[in-house]
Parts: sequence; structure tokens; C-alpha cells
Amino acid sequence: MAKQHVIMVGGGLAGLAATMKLAEAGVHVYLVSMVPVKRSHSVCAQGGINAVNELTRQQGDNEWLHFDDSVYGGDFLQHQPPVKEMCDWGPRIINLLDRLGVPFNRTPEGLRDQRRFGGTLFKRTAFAGATTGQQLLYALDEQVRYWETQGLVEKFEYWEFLGPILDGSGQCRGGVIQDMFSMKIRSLAADAVVLATGGCGLIYGRSTMSMICTGGAAARAYRAGVIYANGEFIQVHPTAIPGTDKLRLMSESARGEGGRVWVPKKPQDPRDPKDIPPAERYYFLEERYPKYGNLVPRDIATREIFDVCVNQGLSVEKGRMCVYLDVTELSASALHKLEGILEIYEKFQGVDPRTHAMKIFPAVHYSMGGLWVDYERDEQTGGLVMGSPRNQHSNVPGIYVLGEADYQYHGANRLGANSLLSCIFAGLIVAPSIENWLKSLKKGSAEDQPVSLFDGAVQGHQKRMDELIANQGNENPYKLHEELGDWMTRCVTVVRNNKDLTACLDKVDELEARYKNVALSDKSNWTNQNFSFTRALGDMICLARVITKGALLRNECRGAHYKPEFQIKSPDADDPAKLRQQAETWCRAFKEQTDKWLKTTIARHAPEGPQITYEDVDTSLIPPRPRTYGLKGAEIIEKTWKEMTKTTPARKAQTAGVGA
Amino acid sequence: MATATHGHSKHPHEEHAHANGRKFTVRVLRQEMAHSGSHWETFELPHEEGMNITTVLQRIAANPVTTDHEQTTPVAYDACCLEEVCGACTMVINGRVRQGCSALVHKLLEESPTGIELRPMTKFHVVRDLVVDRSPMFQHLKRIKAWVRVDGYHDVGPGPRISPKEQEEAYPLSRCMTCGCCLEACPQFNDRSPFIGPAAISQAILFNPHPTGRVDRDDRLAVLAGQGGIVDCGNSQNCVKVCPKDIPLTDSIAKAGRDTTIYKIRKWFGR
Repeated sequence: MAKQHVIMVGGGLAGLAATMKLAEAGVHVYLVSMVPVKRSHSVCAQGGINAVNELTRQQGDNEWLHFDDSVYGGDFLQHQPPVKEMCDWGPRIINLLDRLGVPFNRTPEGLRDQRRFGGTLFKRTAFAGATTGQQLLYALDEQVRYWETQGLVEKFEYWEFLGPILDGSGQCRGGVIQDMFSMKIRSLAADAVVLATGGCGLIYGRSTMSMICTGGAAARAYRAGVIYANGEFIQVHPTAIPGTDKLRLMSESARGEGGRVWVPKKPQDPRDPKDIPPAERYYFLEERYPKYGNLVPRDIATREIFDVCVNQGLSVEKGRMCVYLDVTELSASALHKLEGILEIYEKFQGVDPRTHAMKIFPAVHYSMGGLWVDYERDEQTGGLVMGSPRNQHSNVPGIYVLGEADYQYHGANRLGANSLLSCIFAGLIVAPSIENWLKSLKKGSAEDQPVSLFDGAVQGHQKRMDELIANQGNENPYKLHEELGDWMTRCVTVVRNNKDLTACLDKVDELEARYKNVALSDKSNWTNQNFSFTRALGDMICLARVITKGALLRNECRGAHYKPEFQIKSPDADDPAKLRQQAETWCRAFKEQTDKWLKTTIARHAPEGPQITYEDVDTSLIPPRPRTYGLKGAEIIEKTWKEMTKTTPARKAQTAGVGA
Repeated sequence: MATATHGHSKHPHEEHAHANGRKFTVRVLRQEMAHSGSHWETFELPHEEGMNITTVLQRIAANPVTTDHEQTTPVAYDACCLEEVCGACTMVINGRVRQGCSALVHKLLEESPTGIELRPMTKFHVVRDLVVDRSPMFQHLKRIKAWVRVDGYHDVGPGPRISPKEQEEAYPLSRCMTCGCCLEACPQFNDRSPFIGPAAISQAILFNPHPTGRVDRDDRLAVLAGQGGIVDCGNSQNCVKVCPKDIPLTDSIAKAGRDTTIYKIRKWFGR
């Protein structure tokens, strides 16, 4: 049997973690990336990485609470075993990163410092200044560079993944890739292809994501048969700096260190924010959510900022929607920890945020949904069976998916600082799973497959490229992209309704039809970015349909998917008996909604459009409960829900041996 | 900038000559292939609030027509994060090397009211237009073993304790995004010189004091003491002036000079 190889597509945190772990095990990896891996989008992660630590432990924290925060924050839409396993691994992952030299901030005693992030009451987040993602990525990049010198990693940087190669039985035998400089297309034989290709924010035009986050690779896998799950769950980050080319993230850590969100009580108060006295400021998050304050989960902070600007007309500016994010009252040492992000604001806005409140607005930030992956549950621990070839394995044999590209860990809403953890976790645990997958392959390795299989795949992609370059028409790909982004941002972000979603789906149809008439302004065969972009635009349109259709069909509110038409009315009666009655009605409606909609959206590609079905979610460890952050009548709902679920034989709360 | 009347809601340029919608010109040095000749093309665009060079290049891509009304191709350029943490969009703008994303048009027009000039970095091979091949920089990182070598990735507890002072020294060096500004500005670095340049030297100084990373310290110093190492630095101090992350590169170079001297003396005495 010839040598076995793994293709790793994407060199962000997930791809690099998996690569170094595979290399350590002696598995040869082809690392394919559209950019030098050190420039991957993970560099943009700012705030930190979550894990229970000795300090929080002594305040009553433990892995189970991190797990509970994650599934509660995610509105229970994630399968629980992988999330539980991830939270259990948290402390070990931080320790590993620490050993690899990540310059985490330190306490005077030399221990790792921690900050608080949204959706939790504990200071659970380790950080390196305000460029944590960059620092973690560099540490893993350095390890992979070491393995490169040992001959175990072969990099294909500035190469684009065009699609997997499946044999007659539907098993993945490699991938087709293209050199973005010479435009040469070639195949790589491999026994496993891992997609660690990040999110798809560019579908929304401008987002906090990098230029490479088109979802292109995910769409190509989807068209080849990989299921796309929970596409409609797109996180809109509450605080970003609006820009002409990008909406730049202003990390949650600004609030974690004490930054406050407010608007002047007087609409569009023209005074300098410094001159507006506290009594004339509306700290709406603190007032509406006394428990979590400025650190409510992201979907909630986003909706409140939206509400204050759109419905209450309290935007700081008249022509442009924004609210103040104020760090001007923070201590010098707190500001120092935020240096990296304050610099970004200063550079791009020309205003010093240390002395002037920042102006921010929500922006598309993260794809909770993504390619579907499997896992094997450990019945003893409630976590995962380590090394099972099923972990992170898509429905197509031989294709694995990691990081933001998968749908596994964040449910309907991701908690801040959980993404770095999920990326590295999935990267580390997939390595033994792939090793076992490789060992299980009996029918010879990919290299033993007929040459025609690989050549045929290359020719197919070459033909599509030639056709697109030769295409005649009057449509401009950049203008089409702008239209797509405008529609998606307007209809499929913070507030959704079926009328807009239907219109958006029609728009996507129209854009797809017009895409057929797209004409390239560059027909050359060398570093043709015009071509690469236009091809990715086709992929974006494909995923836009998956996202929009999923959103249209899901008639409920869950996490980031907020459809007011289907919101359960909060109890508001003054009379206690009436209030109780309303709470019971609320809880029954919630139960009904859970029974119907606590399901993974499964999209399968078909020529006529995505075929959508639903799959049950494993919520066996923590029974779903109403997510009541700051909800009107939260207390009575929680009380009523507890009483109601006590009388009905609820699912087992915690399996034996699980929990802390 | 903030005035009592309208806070900082208006950008300074709004009251400046380059108001929104006002047209400005951009000259771009174009090169079709790796070894073809280069030529200038000029574009005219309306200014937008907060516009940066990556936006300029996006607008040109959407409508690649020169001021001579010639239909041309979109300008090829490198770009990724657009918030100056990835280092991709480095180019020479108005004669100064920097990132296109954080180069704001209104400020560039203050520097150079007649228009903006974009050209590729000159110390690396041009691939096309503004795209250059910076892979030598990553090769340098291999030479100086820019990593912390560990026993393995299994769980063996936390790393060494690090004092806040050590972290404060390491973190700025660790923000190097391998963008190449320092090499572009360095008179000693070019494709005929073996000099590995400030970025790699500074990375050696990042890893050498690390409690675990120091195991490869002598290997790093051997590279810095050898051909293309620290002696090739001409001390022009250009690197530190152009570093977008304000990395104290000249401090790193000074430390490297001291450490290699000690290393050579130690080697002389066979220790």
C-alpha cells in the first residue's frame, strides 16, 4: 500500500492545530491555504479563549458550568457531548498553548491573567493583550513550520481548494487545488481531506471577516454531497466599527475590561460625549440586564443596540446608526490590556478611544452553522470517544470538517471566546480520529487509485474555469456581490421576517440567473483575482440560498435567529394569579416550540435548490430550559418552568459520572 | 479634532479640501507577469468617507477604466484581514511602505495633494501588479528556529511561570506579522545580499529568553553570528521607523549584537 496523506485545507487555528498534531503522529500533511497560513483569519480574533481555571474554580466555577453557559448561550441547539468534551479540555488546551510560548497576560505572580466575557459571570477568559487570536495562531504557525522542516508538512500557500475527489463508492480520495499565481490546476491524492476553511461572512458583503471568508470551499464540499447544517445561524457581533471595505471588530474584551455601551437620552445630542452628564446617558444594556450588564450574550446585545437605534431613534448620529462604546473611564492598566484594539480604532477612525467614546454598530461576525460533522458519544462520560473515526467526520467518507467551517459547537449563538477554543479543540481531537480512519482503510490508499480518477477531476475544474473566463455577458461580479450583500444584510441578520426572507430568496434566484451573464474584465491566465473572486461569488450565491431558506423555514426565535412574528409573548400582568397563568401559557408555548424546532437544520444540495430536513439534537445532559436573560417575567417563567418539568417525566438530567 | 459643536462625529477631512465625492487620482505601477515590464496606469475615483487603499482597489476592480478611458484589468493585490493584523496588503504607498488597509485616502492626499501613488514592494519578486513573493521571510523564520520546541502535545500541565515584565517584553516582538516593511526600508536587505533582516533577528530575540525556547538559543545565535547575520546590519535604523506595529526592532538588533558577541566568546573558550 502506498503512503497515506492528509489534505488540510485552511491554516487558521483549527487547521494548524490538526496539522501539528497529525505531524507529531507521523502523518504526512499537505497544507493548502489561499494565504500564507500566518495571515489566516484567526489573526482577527481579539479578546481571548475560554477555559475554567484555578481562580474561577475557587469561585465555584467548573467545566460543567462552562458547558452549561455554552449550551444555554447557544439556546440548546448544539449536540451536547462534543460541547461537554470541549469544555472539559479547555484547561488542558490553555496549558498546551502556554507551553508553546503564547505571551498570555500575567499576574504579578507570573500566572495567567483572566478577563470576563459575555454570557458568563466568571472571569474565564485567558488573553494575550487584545490580539489573542493572532498570538495563538502564531504559536501554532511556528509549530507547523517546525514540522515543515522535519518533512512532515508540505505547504501549498496561495493555492485554492476547488473540490474533493470522490471515487465510485462516494469515498473521498483527494482534492483538486489551484495555484492562485500560475492558475495551474492539479490534484492531490489523499486518504482524508480536512476542511478548516472558516466562515462565510463575505456573503453579507461587508462583515468583520477577512477577504478570504467567502465560504467557497464549504460550498464546493456541499455541492459534492456534504450536508450543510444550521446555515441560518449567523452571529451578528454587537460592536464593530463601520468601514467602507470592512466592518472592523471591536472586541467584547472592551466590555470585559469595563467598557460601557450607551446613547444620549436626547436623540442625536450634538454635544461631545464627554460633556453629556451621566444622568443624561442611557446605559441601556445595564438598565435592561442588571445581572449581565454590558456582557449579555452577543445576540441579545446586538438586538438591543438595533432596537435602540432603529425603533427608539436614539442612534448617536442621524444619518448613520451607531451607539457609544465607552472605555474613557477605564484605568491606564485596563486600557493597556486593550492596546491592540484601541489602536485599530485610532488608526481607522482617526480618533483616540482612550479619550473619546467609540462609535460602534453590530456587524455579521461568525457562522455558527456550517458543514455537518459526526461524533461518537461516550456513554460513560457523556463526552466523546477519543480517537473515534466518526469525530468531526462529515457524511462523505474521508471528508472531515473543523473550526468555523463546521456546525458543531455553538448552536444558535456562540459565546465570546469560545470559538478559539472550539477551533483548537477540534483540531487536536481530529488527529487521532483521522489516524484511526487511515488505519481502517483496507482497500488501498488514495495513491493506488486509477490516474483517470484524478485527471478527470482536474479536467472538470479546468473546463469550468475556461468557460467562466470565456463567458459573455453584461453583469459585473463586484456589483452582483454588492447587491447580494445588501439584501442578505437587510433580510437575514438581526431581525427576520418571512416576507423579507421570501423576497430575499427570490433575489438570490435573480442573482443566480444574472450570474450566468457575468463577464470578467480580466481574461488572463496569471494571478487572475477577477476570476477567483467571480468563481467564489457563485459559491456565495449557493450558500446564501441555504442560509435564507433555512431562516425562512424556521418559524421560531432561537439565539441569533430572531423572528418577532413567532416570539412568545412575555408575561406582563400585574395581578399575581394572572401573571402565573400567563407564565404557564408561556411555558406551554415554549415546550411546543422546543418539541417542534429544537432540531438541526439539514441542507442537502440538489440541482433545484437545497433540500431541507431536520435532525434531533442530543440534549441528554442538560435539559433545555427557557433562555431568560433579561426577559420580561423571567423569574415567574423560570419558576413555572421548573414546576412544570418536575411533574412531567423529564429527560434524565445528568448521566451518572457526569458533572462536577 | 473634537470640537464643542460636533464632537468627533465629523472626520477632519470633511472640512478639508478632499470632501466626500470629490475626485482624486491614483497612479498604480502595473506589471502583468513575473518577468514582464512595468507601466503606470492612472485612475480617478470619488472620495468616500473613511476610504482606504483597499477600498480604492476594490472600486478600481469593479470599474477598471483608466483616466485615458482605457478598459484595463483589475489591479492584483494581496489583502486579507483589512485591519492591519495579518500583514498581507503591504505595498509602497506614496513612496512609503505600509499596509493598504490602514492607509486612509484623506491622509494620503494631505501628504500628496496631487494624487496617490501605489507600487509593489521592491525587495521581493513581483508576481503581478502589487502582489509580491515574500516567501523568503518565512524561510528565514525556519533558519532561526522561530518556535518553542516542546516534548509533545500531550497534557503535561501548564507552561513555565512568566513574570509580567517578561510578558511585556515578549508581546510586542510577538506581534510581528511578517509584513516585510522593515525589509523594504532596510538598505542592507536585497536579493543580492544574504542578510536575513530585522524581522527574523527580532524573532530570535523573542524566543531566546523564553524558558523553554532557550534550548535552541545557541543555534539561533550561530545563524545571527554567521553570514547574513547581525554584522550585515548597517544600523540605518530605517526598520524601526516603518514598522506598523512599533516593534522595537533596533533594540532587538542591539540585543542580538550583544548576545552574538558573548556567544562567540563562549564558543572561543569552548563552552
